[in-house]
Amino acid sequence: MTTHLTTIPLDWYILLSSILFSTGVMGVLFRRNAIIIFMSIELMLNAVNLLLVAFSAYHNDAAGQVFVFFTMAVAAAEIAVGLAILIVVYRNTKSTDIDVLNRLKG
Amino acid sequence: MMQFAALIPFFPLAGFIILGLLNKKLPKSAAGILACTTLLISFIISLAVFMSISGQSQEIQLAPWIDMGGFSASFTFLLDPLSSIFLMIITGVGFLIHVYSVGYMHDDEKHNIFFAYLNLFVFFMLVLVMASSYLLMFVGWEGVGLCSYLLIGFWFKNKSYNDAAKKAFIMNRIGDLGFLLGIILLFITFGSSDYHTIFPKAQGLMSGNTMITAITLLLFVGAMGKSAQIPLYTWLPDAMAGPTPVSALIHAATMVTAGIYMVARSGILYALSPVSMYVVALIGVVTAVFAATIALTQNDIKKVLAYSTVSQLGYMFLGLGVGAFSASVFHVMTHAFFKALLFLGAGSVIHGLSGEQDIRNMGGLRKKLPITFITFLLATLAISGIPPFSGFFSKDEILIHAFASNKLFWALGMIGSMMTAFYMFRLLFLVFFGTYRGDDKIHAHESPAVMTIPLIILAILSTIGGFVGVPESLGGTSQINKFLDPVFQSATKILPAEGASSISEMTLMSITIAVVLGSILLAWYFYISRKKVPLAEEAKLSPIHNLLYRKYYVDEIYNALITKPLDKISDFLDSIVESKFIDGIVNATGKVTEGVSGLMKFVQTGNVDFYLLAMVISVACIIFFKLM
Amino acid sequence: MTVYLFMILGVFAVLSALMVVFAKNPVHSILYLVLTFFAIAGEYILLNAQFLAIVNIIVYAGAIMVLFLFVVMLLNLNEETEPHKSTLKKLIAVVAAGLLMVVLVGSLKGADNMSIQPFSHNTGLIENLGTVLFHDFLLPFEVSAILFLAAMVGAVMLGKKDIK
Repeated sequence: MTTHLTTIPLDWYILLSSILFSTGVMGVLFRRNAIIIFMSIELMLNAVNLLLVAFSAYHNDAAGQVFVFFTMAVAAAEIAVGLAILIVVYRNTKSTDIDVLNRLKG
Repeated sequence: MMQFAALIPFFPLAGFIILGLLNKKLPKSAAGILACTTLLISFIISLAVFMSISGQSQEIQLAPWIDMGGFSASFTFLLDPLSSIFLMIITGVGFLIHVYSVGYMHDDEKHNIFFAYLNLFVFFMLVLVMASSYLLMFVGWEGVGLCSYLLIGFWFKNKSYNDAAKKAFIMNRIGDLGFLLGIILLFITFGSSDYHTIFPKAQGLMSGNTMITAITLLLFVGAMGKSAQIPLYTWLPDAMAGPTPVSALIHAATMVTAGIYMVARSGILYALSPVSMYVVALIGVVTAVFAATIALTQNDIKKVLAYSTVSQLGYMFLGLGVGAFSASVFHVMTHAFFKALLFLGAGSVIHGLSGEQDIRNMGGLRKKLPITFITFLLATLAISGIPPFSGFFSKDEILIHAFASNKLFWALGMIGSMMTAFYMFRLLFLVFFGTYRGDDKIHAHESPAVMTIPLIILAILSTIGGFVGVPESLGGTSQINKFLDPVFQSATKILPAEGASSISEMTLMSITIAVVLGSILLAWYFYISRKKVPLAEEAKLSPIHNLLYRKYYVDEIYNALITKPLDKISDFLDSIVESKFIDGIVNATGKVTEGVSGLMKFVQTGNVDFYLLAMVISVACIIFFKLM
Repeated sequence: MTVYLFMILGVFAVLSALMVVFAKNPVHSILYLVLTFFAIAGEYILLNAQFLAIVNIIVYAGAIMVLFLFVVMLLNLNEETEPHKSTLKKLIAVVAAGLLMVVLVGSLKGADNMSIQPFSHNTGLIENLGTVLFHDFLLPFEVSAILFLAAMVGAVMLGKKDIK
């Protein structure tokens, strides 16, 4: 198994992760639907997870994968609460458009 | 015994605290008894101190005060012949005036507060004369100024009384500035403000030293303010707005003599500076004559006595200025007796006539107010300088020393004596002789015993008080001069010796008596034989008479020269500097903040996607700059 | 061979991600995201992180995406109802994302200059992970339990209808 790790240089994983991450960022900036935005955030989190696991494998350190563990846990919690908030907002404004949420205009 | 001496000021202070805290709860009789008792105890202790003073000064240290760097001062009292005489005067005459006030202020609603203030005043005055350093004396100096303000403006509901109180305080402050500068120069020159440091060091200095001249002139400015000499005298006639016992205590017997005490205490400093001595004597004699001329025409009984006080203070400064230190202190003592008596007698007349103060509405009161009349007569004889009353001995000693040093001053002093006798007898005749010119509905009555007994005691003192100072030329032993000699020894050694012989003294005294008797006869002629009565307020007066009656328009001149420009300057500062400049800066700060926040608020659009975009771009920038 | 696997899975993941962003129907977006997760799980297996691959599928694709689907169904977002942003904003979005990608790649490049440690077969296997988790990372583990509690309570509280 050692060999295959040397055939795929770490740079490629970095590149892949960056592309996924920027796609997620683009999704956040591109769409107006709050649900799609949440999903883009999930995408970003996954990109980061991928990078963490790659480093963990290349440096033979299990701490990276444990970190991914916790990231997933936090992502799950965050989604739960975020969607609950979204439902409350929907009840009040009957729309999931984030442009409606501009009451904090200063 | 000497340890108890330190308690002398604290009895009146305790009286003040008790009366001040409990003033609503104490009944009037209790308050009056308490106030008089504290004074009585202080007087008894002062008497004991006086008897046991041996001519040497003794210091009692109470507590350290300031000690930092090269500057230290402590609360220390000094007991020597000079301070013990003043202690007797203050507590003795003060006690009599307190007793009198029990009767005079009996119907006043602020009765208890009055006694609290009087006790506080006595406390500060005692601190002033018992201080053993200029700094502690200044504490007492300021304190009596404060109490003077409180007591002059005692009936504060009247605006003109308040103005008089403010005027007194402000003029005192001007003098105090000079005093404070003098103390600072003393510190610079001698390194301390204690008497026991300064005076021995001063003995080694040359006469005519410029620093000493500056110091003594500045200290004299303070005395000018406190003792009402030209040009800072106008507050004293206005201070008659206060109750009459206040005028008697503060403006006749004690506070105004603080300046004399200070100059006498600094005798050696003044002896070292002939210029200052000359200035003191000059201002003293000019004030004496000036005030006497104004007193000739006044129609308010208290105003006549006020100008008389200014004039007599001028005599005391004249005495100090020609080197007759103990004579001046002697005159302080006799003046305290007869001037307090005159004021209390005037109070008795005012009380008996239910508030009338204009002598044009009085007359023929000698039958209705017999005790007041007799005591007033004795006091008038004393102030005019008729032997064997006390005023004769003290005033004559001053005049004799004046003759020996400067004939012109002596001549002016004689003119002043003449006028003193004239206006005092004018007052006596217009009030007590002739027919009653006032309102018939007022029933003039004699005052109660609590007011007349102090009058009688003071009258006795005015009569026999001079016998402690009978000069050798008349066969006496001049005890007071001997008593005060240790204090003034070092000063008189430096002064040039005088050369008046006994024969010349007898001649001078005879001239004085003759001149005074002549004035009295002149007054008799005008006011008894021709029954002349001062003109009413609306009458047109001759130009000279008008000038004197309007007090030479000094108040108006001060108003125009000093008060109005100051008012204008303060208006200018308020409207231009304060409103536009300072407020402008503060407001500009606020406006700048507002402006900046107005710009910053465009960042907060409330749009979520704007915020997201900002976040992304910020992260990119941060990582980018980290790369660099 | 591994290289080819990597390439295929990588392209698959990127394409699915792009479709997530650009799909019109929200339900389609969710499905494409599930596909992305599968691709990433494949990548994990390539890296010998077997446990995480399975967990990724179970947690993300199984639980979180189902939650998303529930919400979308609840809100009845089947059709395309959302108005689009202006073209300028879309352009800015793309540019910003691109910038971010460039910067990220630039910053993380050259990380493989660190030496590769000797390979151990056990890294990524469940026993090893369990040991590390419960030895070194016990406190965060417990704290994450509290985090879940908070999230649960929060979600329930927020979801309750106000009793008028």
